[in-house]
Amino acid sequence: MYTQGLNVADGDKSIPIERRDDPREAAFQRRVDAEEKIEPNDWMPEGYRKTLIRQISQHAHSEIVGMLPEGNWITRAPSLRRKMILLAKVQDEGGHGLYLYSAAETLGVSRAELVDQLLSGKAKYSSIFNYPTLTWADIGAIGWLVDGAAIMNQVPLCRCSYGPYARAMVRVCREESFHQRQGYELMLKLAQGTPEQKRMAQDALNRWWWPSLMMFGPSDAASIHSSRNMAWKIKRVSNDELRQKFVDVTVPQGHFLGLTFPDPELRFDAATGHWVHGPIDWSEFERVLAGDGPCNKERLAARRKAHADGAWVREAAAAHAAKRAARASRAAAE
Amino acid sequence: MERAAALFEYLLRHGDSCLILGHRVAEWCGHAPELEEDIALANIGLDLTGQAEQFLAYAGTLEGKGRDADALAYSRDAWDFRNALLCERPNGDFAHTMVRQFLFDAWQVEAFAGLARASDARLAGIAAKAAKEAHYHLRHSGEWVVRLGDGTAESHARAQAAVDALWEYTGEFFETDAVVAALGDSVPDPAALKPAWNATVDEVLRAATLRRPKDGWTQTGGYAGRHSEALGHLLATMQFLPRAYPGATW
Amino acid sequence: MERKDWPLWEVFVRSRSGLAHRHVGSLHAVDGAMAVDMARDVYCRRAEGVSVWVARSADIVASDPARKDEMFEPMTDKVYRHPTFYNIPDGVKNI
Repeated sequence: MYTQGLNVADGDKSIPIERRDDPREAAFQRRVDAEEKIEPNDWMPEGYRKTLIRQISQHAHSEIVGMLPEGNWITRAPSLRRKMILLAKVQDEGGHGLYLYSAAETLGVSRAELVDQLLSGKAKYSSIFNYPTLTWADIGAIGWLVDGAAIMNQVPLCRCSYGPYARAMVRVCREESFHQRQGYELMLKLAQGTPEQKRMAQDALNRWWWPSLMMFGPSDAASIHSSRNMAWKIKRVSNDELRQKFVDVTVPQGHFLGLTFPDPELRFDAATGHWVHGPIDWSEFERVLAGDGPCNKERLAARRKAHADGAWVREAAAAHAAKRAARASRAAAE
Repeated sequence: MERAAALFEYLLRHGDSCLILGHRVAEWCGHAPELEEDIALANIGLDLTGQAEQFLAYAGTLEGKGRDADALAYSRDAWDFRNALLCERPNGDFAHTMVRQFLFDAWQVEAFAGLARASDARLAGIAAKAAKEAHYHLRHSGEWVVRLGDGTAESHARAQAAVDALWEYTGEFFETDAVVAALGDSVPDPAALKPAWNATVDEVLRAATLRRPKDGWTQTGGYAGRHSEALGHLLATMQFLPRAYPGATW
Repeated sequence: MERKDWPLWEVFVRSRSGLAHRHVGSLHAVDGAMAVDMARDVYCRRAEGVSVWVARSADIVASDPARKDEMFEPMTDKVYRHPTFYNIPDGVKNI
């Protein structure tokens, strides 16, 4: 989820340009071109490995940080059913983070290193999670819009050239299929509810619409990384194409709810059959991604606190396992 | 006490205990010591909330005033809640959470084993299904208590502090009162659960190298609606939306 | 900051009775018992399994991809190992 917008945003110079005269590189590219999956022990260009580690870990971080805005409402869910749905959904996101960290680990990086990168502020995660969940309708809006956008991104990733990432994404997509539906159902309930509930739904759409469009990232036509990632089949569809697909399916869903999109320029172009949206404020995207969003500091602080508070627990479990193993080997020696 | 009224109260005791403890466990979501444990805790929270729904739905049916599980969960005030006091104790550190869970699970496993044989078929059905979940929870929490007790010096101290702090809340599970008396042998005798609970607790505490506190004065009153201050804050959070928007459905 | 992960485990799940265990992913746990339980919570939340195996990732010995050709290529032309290699007249039954 959520990595589409990040690949191109930071123009990482540490990823080497490949040497086209390396025969291994050419053989690798032939395999990728033939839609063969690349597996952990296979030879791969250093740039491919680094790009994947960065993308998969950003993806994992986004899932983990993404637990926080929704988790903010678990204790306030308005019915037992909603509470169980939300808890199960946020739990799934933890699971998705776990699958993705595992996929990254097959590339020779440890979870500890990746977590340190997140906590130190070095690693990025999707900017969408730096917005606050102010009302209950935000839980619906996140499911409908944010998970909806994520699905657009994730379905092509199931065909990614790197086997462990593709397999993790198949599992993620299968599990995510209920996330967007529950979000839309929640919005529908509000839209058909009291005037205050409807107002709540509209307000949530007003706040989440533009950040959701930003999730796909800036137009990638000019990006060198983007074209290389396409050739490597790490990325399979352009940001703009995915965004358009999202807008085309989402706008009619919003209209069905009786809600208005916060874009006066939004219109249907009968000639192309597409919904056309107004210009996106990319300065906001850059600013929030760089750290200055409404909740950036809280999100990182919450992750750091959980990690620091859990240190003694992780150590205790490891210490106990070591004691047990030592006792078992002593017993075996006797 | 009339039997139906007693059964209603009895169902609330189980339902509210599951509801409130499930809520506490869910508070961990996104903040657990390790990702795997975060997911495991959410499963426990989900099981408990599901159990709560079953017990409360039955209680509502029995009451016959049109209150469903949600109405019972979201529109009673603290004094009408019937959960055991242990369940509302704040999470504290991970040791407090796990010791609280363990002391509860060790009781719930025995209580559900007895209830699964209850003459009331609906109650027996709920308990039989929930018993499997309770067994899994007990294994999970028991293993953690052992790891923490017999882990590092710090984890041992924290686990012992948690046992010492929570011990006085365990006596409530085994008390007999008019509600239980009115139900006769159609539900397990609370006091009769104590030996098996003792055995489980002693075994785990021994493996964990933790000291069992002396049984002494016991905090009690949750089953009669006399709660700690913690419950009101929990309910203020949990019930906020239905109370802020009366008449709305979600 | 000193950070060390719990050991990594590979998880295999039997989805239903009669089927083989299949690799589904990995997780971190301090020992095998914890890994089995965590595997249940992480990989079987939707009733995906009836049995779980875990093995320390470090204990898995894998074939070397660089030897793929010598290990597996020679097997591809041994057509006589497959039943379709043999011509049996249509009139012969039960072979």
